Amino acid sequence: MSAALPHVPLSVLSPSPAPVALRLDGVTKRHGAGGDAVVALDTMSFAVKKGEFVCVVGASGCGKSTMLNLVAGLDTPSAGEVVVAGGRPALMFQESALFPWLSVEENVAFPLQMQGLSRKARAARVSELLQLVHLEKFARRRPHELSGGMKQRVALARALAQQAELLLMDEPFAALDAMMRDHLHSELEALWQKTGLTVVFVTHNVREAVRLGDRVLLLSSRPGRLVAEYQVDLDRPRRIESPEVARLARTITDRLLEAARAAA
Amino acid sequence: MPQRELAGEAPPARPHLHALPGGEDGGRDDKSREGHVLVDMPERTDPEDPLRAGLRAAVGDPTRADRQPGGGKPGRGRALWAAAWPKLAALALALTVWELVVLSGWRPEYVLPGPGAVLARLWTDLLAGDIGVAAAITMKRALLGYAIALVAGVGLGLMLARVKVLRTAAGSLLTGLQTMPSVAWFPLAILLFQLSEAAILAVVVLGAAPSIAIGLLTSTDQVPPLLVRAGKVMGARGLSLYRHIIIPAALPGFVAGLKQGWAFAWRSLMAGELLVIIGHAPSIGVRLQFSRELSDAEGLLAWMLVVMLLGVLVDGLVFGALERKIREGRGLTAEHA
Repeated sequence: MSAALPHVPLSVLSPSPAPVALRLDGVTKRHGAGGDAVVALDTMSFAVKKGEFVCVVGASGCGKSTMLNLVAGLDTPSAGEVVVAGGRPALMFQESALFPWLSVEENVAFPLQMQGLSRKARAARVSELLQLVHLEKFARRRPHELSGGMKQRVALARALAQQAELLLMDEPFAALDAMMRDHLHSELEALWQKTGLTVVFVTHNVREAVRLGDRVLLLSSRPGRLVAEYQVDLDRPRRIESPEVARLARTITDRLLEAARAAA
Repeated sequence: MPQRELAGEAPPARPHLHALPGGEDGGRDDKSREGHVLVDMPERTDPEDPLRAGLRAAVGDPTRADRQPGGGKPGRGRALWAAAWPKLAALALALTVWELVVLSGWRPEYVLPGPGAVLARLWTDLLAGDIGVAAAITMKRALLGYAIALVAGVGLGLMLARVKVLRTAAGSLLTGLQTMPSVAWFPLAILLFQLSEAAILAVVVLGAAPSIAIGLLTSTDQVPPLLVRAGKVMGARGLSLYRHIIIPAALPGFVAGLKQGWAFAWRSLMAGELLVIIGHAPSIGVRLQFSRELSDAEGLLAWMLVVMLLGVLVDGLVFGALERKIREGRGLTAEHA
């Protein structure tokens, strides 16, 4: 499915030919034109293996959202190439972006409807997905009747409904309280292990990145550049409070601050 | 305020305490058992996440506790009364002021009759069938004109929303049309169509269509970009993006435009019926005009009341109900009301 790889990208640590779900090759994105152009992403290259959970961290202005837009196909790079295996990726936002005029089940059914599934097939798949996020009892509710955490779970079910091989998450839990976030980390981790999805998870919370990721990519700000990457070799399930997570998070945060100082 | 909750003496917070050990539905069951059911909005017996319910129980949440009026099960009658009495009171006040002005002797009663005489006249005209006949003629024109305006307005609005050049070219023209008092169209309409139904219809359409088009245009402008992005990511493009995302998202604003369009249509129609007298069709406007010519002040006021009542009825029963339904479905009911 994926295009042939002309060379093994630098960022793939193991040289084994694991199938690649996403590859960025020298991707640059400029906003605006001429002298006023702002470079949001600067020759960024990395690859994500199929089934991998990769977290992307960086200070604000590091082009995280720009990168997701490029990968999601909502925008095109100024230079370089984005290769996504397995069709259009699913994308989850910081806000649930649920459609307020549709019920929970209709929201989850939406991508299926866009794919042209029959009503019957949709219904079966939707109830399966709602069970997966433990919200089957709320199928007929409207989004405004749900709490923030529940909304994000519906958004997750809706993203999973797309049956994409790649799930992009743009600070999906940033607006939630710590306890709810913890809870959703576990749910997301369990879902990821169950489905074998590839996840690219953008966050500004370094601990969250270490809690969830197989690998953490660190971006610098203005322009967004890949400055470091960390393999997280900790057993799952992890706890965000654990000393191991804290230790690695501290290393990454130090590096992040260093990059910020270098940029200033 | 949280201290009050922590002190433990706040009964409305109890359902959340019960929800702590229960499953997903624990919170709801407990609420209905204790009678904490909001009668006028049964959909909003807020479902609770078990985790969040536990959190609330531990911390106490005054905002939620205060939202639930404790105890009692007011029936439908009581809800109706609660909605009706302010309106009735306002009506009574208006009638009183009217009566007082008449009693003050500012104008003789044959010029300005009191509410008693006018309401009695309204009743006899209603029984005689005059009002029914006139209202039927007028409403038929209103509906026909509005239907044409709806099609024209939606078509125009969609076209301008889709094609940027058209919008730049015609956008301000449309605003000009909307702000132009529709009465000003009548001389031209009469020249073009003589004193005919067509003249009235043309002005009704010209009055209503720009509002509908502008309503559509501004409401599509205000669709949250995030929803459009979400739709695109899930594969909605081009026409299906309009059908599934932009139009439903724009619906509340669009209905506001429809409502305004109706108000303009109704005003244009009344102006039209006063200016374009078609003798064999005794419409409301014709009856108004005849009452004036016969110096029949009672009749004149009675027919004015008919105009007002019809306007209020359509506004409330059609557009009000539509707006309410849309707003409630999306949780847009005003918290400050």
